[in-house]
Amino acid sequence: MKYVDEFRDGRVAAAVARRIHEEVRTGRIYHIMEFCGGHTHAIARYGLPDLLPASIRLVHGPGCPVCVLPIGRIDMAIAAARDAGVILCTYADVMRVPASRRESLLTVKAAGADIVMVYSVQDALAVARGNPRREVVFFAIGFETTTPPTAAAILEAQRCGLENFSVVCNHVLTPSAIQSLLDSSEVRRLGRVQIDGFIGPSHVSTVIGSRPHEFFAEEYEKPVVIAGFEPLDVLQAVWMLVQQINEGRAEVENQFRRAVTRDGNAKAQALVGEVFELARTFEWRGLGDVPYSALRIQERYARFDAERRFGLEHSPVPDHKGCECGAVLRGVKQPEECRLFGSACVPDNPLGSCMVSSEGACAAHYAYGRYRRKAASGRMAAGGP
Amino acid sequence: MCLAVPMRVEEILPDDMAIVEMGGVRKTVSMALVDGVVAGDYVIVHVGFALTRLDAEEAHKTLALFAEIAQTAGIANPGAG
Ligand code: SF4
Repeated sequence: MKYVDEFRDGRVAAAVARRIHEEVRTGRIYHIMEFCGGHTHAIARYGLPDLLPASIRLVHGPGCPVCVLPIGRIDMAIAAARDAGVILCTYADVMRVPASRRESLLTVKAAGADIVMVYSVQDALAVARGNPRREVVFFAIGFETTTPPTAAAILEAQRCGLENFSVVCNHVLTPSAIQSLLDSSEVRRLGRVQIDGFIGPSHVSTVIGSRPHEFFAEEYEKPVVIAGFEPLDVLQAVWMLVQQINEGRAEVENQFRRAVTRDGNAKAQALVGEVFELARTFEWRGLGDVPYSALRIQERYARFDAERRFGLEHSPVPDHKGCECGAVLRGVKQPEECRLFGSACVPDNPLGSCMVSSEGACAAHYAYGRYRRKAASGRMAAGGP
Repeated sequence: MCLAVPMRVEEILPDDMAIVEMGGVRKTVSMALVDGVVAGDYVIVHVGFALTRLDAEEAHKTLALFAEIAQTAGIANPGAG
């Protein structure tokens, strides 16, 4: 696979890791947060912590769109599917996120509700076209990568006069999440989460560009290196961060130049700006209500807004007792520190959202953690499992 | 969920669609978010949409840097394994 395999070469990884070993200063600890679930996944899958010096501490961030969805939003999806009698379409990972009363979209579907798993919002449009007498609702989730497709779908529905299609918008914004982390008491006052630098999001940045990250570098004096999702990308980014930290620099650097520019994808940004506007507040699992951290559908596209159309309301619901997702998402705890991890909570039966998607910190640790030491180098040499 | 992959554009179709391929897997995806893509380009595909074009020149610069690091470390022919 071109542009994939070359970035997974195990021997090059060892060579880059050696450079990192040479670069780190004795007596210094480097706390590096990877914001994206995609990076969390790559780090676990390729066993990167085993290649790195012990002084590099990788801290998982909240950049997994499934993980940050609060229970109340899933309850809303269930209400739409079961009580409003619509056909509900959503991405596969959303299906297993635990909701209230031990339900999930999967259990509700098994009980007879019309719920369709889709790969793309375009599949949801196709369902709407194929079922002109039914209301079809797309339960949209994700960061800046899935937002432009949702915007494109709403515009297409309008163009084609597709009256039975609407969207529950759960699109959240990466920069707001990073800011809320940096402003949190754990980071600011209590010092429980130390962050010396960020591995910046890769695909999010293809859309928003590297420019929005400049604020964090300047305002919070944290270096940011935008990195691709392959293991060599992550290692190079860590090396670049260590250099910045050693030199006392706090800049935005772009390791993922092959796909990210400073300004990002202007066409995608324009579509998003046309359809969406900032929501005053949005509840995140683990972070609580974060002001201006999500998007909502603009008034002029109100008829495509399922929340208005069906009077759906969000009411906050506390997480499962004992689930540490909130702490895991803020980098305060490692998945293994949750007492439900691997016992009551496993990928086949997730109790919290971080165990659902393969990008969730708990699921990634569960899938790869136990075998990490033995298998990591072999996996990388073979180009991945 | 956020995992996206670079795929080669095989054929541009009407209505902003295109056939893309990776490792023998073919998909029809939307090009609505990118301008001026032609067959042979690589694009990063996510949830059925090309998010951006992959800049081959920049990719090769990054790989050249890796090759240099590998060479200094005494590894011959990186990228082959
Ligand atoms: S192991 Fe399960 S219950 Fe514990 S924090 Fe992770 S997702 Fe939540």
